[in-house]
Parts: sequence; C-alpha cells; structure tokens
Amino acid sequence: MYAWIFRHLPGPLWLRILISLVLVFIALVLMVQFLFPWMSHFTQFTDSTIGSTDQP
Amino acid sequence: MVLQEKAGPATAPAPRRALLRGTIQVLGELLITAGVILLLFVAWQLWWTNVESDAKQTQVIKEFAKDLGSAAPTPAASAPPAKAAAGEDFGKPVVGTAPGHAGTIGIMYIPRFGPTYTRPIVQGTSQDVLDTLGLGHYSNTAMPGAVGNFAVAGHRQTHGAVLDNIHTLVPGDKIYVQTKDGYYVYVFRNNQIVMPSRTDVLEPVPTQPGVAPTESYLTMTSCNPRFGAEERIIAYALLDSWRPAAAGPPAEIAAQVAAATGRG
Repeated sequence: MYAWIFRHLPGPLWLRILISLVLVFIALVLMVQFLFPWMSHFTQFTDSTIGSTDQP
Repeated sequence: MVLQEKAGPATAPAPRRALLRGTIQVLGELLITAGVILLLFVAWQLWWTNVESDAKQTQVIKEFAKDLGSAAPTPAASAPPAKAAAGEDFGKPVVGTAPGHAGTIGIMYIPRFGPTYTRPIVQGTSQDVLDTLGLGHYSNTAMPGAVGNFAVAGHRQTHGAVLDNIHTLVPGDKIYVQTKDGYYVYVFRNNQIVMPSRTDVLEPVPTQPGVAPTESYLTMTSCNPRFGAEERIIAYALLDSWRPAAAGPPAEIAAQVAAATGRG
C-alpha cells in the first residue's frame, strides 16, 4: 500500500521523499489535533473530579 | 517503503494468488499502522499533554502575576518577612469573590511536591479547565479563606499531572494558596480514598452533610490509583493562617513566589 502510494507520487526521487515526509507530518498533526483528543475519552486518566465532571 | 519486485517471469503466479498476496500485504501494513498510531497515542497522552499543559499553565501564572503587579505592587523588596507566624495575626482572612468560568483564582504552592511546584487555580472543574489550566475549583464550594470547604480537582496523570504526588503529602505539610488578596496557609491533615460518587467530600464540612462549618477546609480531589480512575483520592487540609498581600509572602515560599510572579 505504502509502496503503491510512493510509486504514484509525482516527480523525481528527492521530491517524492519530500512529499512523503510532508504527508506523514500532516497525518501526525491531524492525529494530535483530532484523533488523540477523541481517543482520550476512552481512557480514564482524566477523571479526577467527584460526582459528575461538570459540577453546577 | 518496501520496493517490490514487479511480477518476475520465474513462477508467474496466477492472478488469484497475486490478489491474495496484495490483500494480505495491505492488511499487514494497515495493522502495523494501527500499532504505530496506538504507540503514538500513548506517547501523546502520557508525555505530550504534560508538555502542552505545563506551557499553558506557566502562561496563566504569568498573566495572573501581571494582574497582581498592576493591582498592588509587592513591597517584598523593602522589608523581607523575616519572622514567620509567631504572634503575627492579620485578623480574619479576606475572602475574594469568585471569578467567572475559567477565571484564575490564584496560585497554589506545595513545597512537598518540589521547590518549583507552582500551579494555577482556575474556576470550574469542566474538562477544558482541568485539561489545560491546572487545578479546577469546584465552583459550588467556598473560596479560599472562607469558612467552609475550598475544593479543587486536578489530574493525577496527563495534562500537567498537577496532583501526581498527592499521596506523598504528610500530615503537617503546608499548602499555600496565593490570591490577589493575600496568602492562605493550609496544613495538610489526611488522605482518604473514596468512590467517585462520594460528593459529600465537597460538603462545607467534608463528609458531614448538614453540619454548619466553623473552620476553613481545603479539599483536593484526584484520580486513584495512578494511571487509573476507579477511585478518587482526597486530601484534606485546614486553614492555619493568612497574610494580606501587602504583608508579603510567607518566608517559606518567598523564593517560589518571587520566581513565579517576578517575571510578570
């Protein structure tokens, strides 16, 4: 799959390596911004309050 | 990543076998990707959220110190508070008014947690406060110094791990709360481990609903055990003394206060 993507990137080798690095970076940013905060709801580390999390 | 040999002439596999091999390869790569993402998630949760929150909390303290500076210039430089306590009495503690949601109430200093333990106390215990801003004040409980219960929550792990060492407190340990009005000195009394549903620890007299308070309590709640949240660990402290802002910080934390607010 990754080999297939790499083969279909345009340009010479150095450009394709550069594009892959940029793609990996974009994937990382998206994960940190959206995926990980969402996943953290399934862990329990962040429950430190008593009763409901949203106290009146 | 892995360069594939293109359909060698040697065996010439049937199209079905090629398809099967391709499917298995894609599946394998997806599974490896999922594994890498999970490892990254663990690193993000246990390490990166702390980095982010520490930076944010330092920022909050800076802003709070800036407000302090404009409100009342610290006279610390003129006369260092040489003698602590012993006969000092500044009367009844001033009780500030509660700020709006996510407003900064003050700074907490706990020498037991290390000489650099300086965390903001922010109004509210919702996720947005606790995840970035530090210790969250249960907004339905008393303010520092008031007769009753000043209750705060903080993360044991992740997002700054502000109360990671809560179990290391020893009876008699001082807990300092600095607000714009002054310094409130609480003395740690005991720990308690309870179930998350025990809201009575937030009562004006902790765990005694309906009893009228005569003293000022500080109650801190966090997850228990570490890296879990099946229970809550509660730390109770009692107000020992207070100093108005004009009198300068207590001698024990003078250096910490200077380090935390001096930059402002």
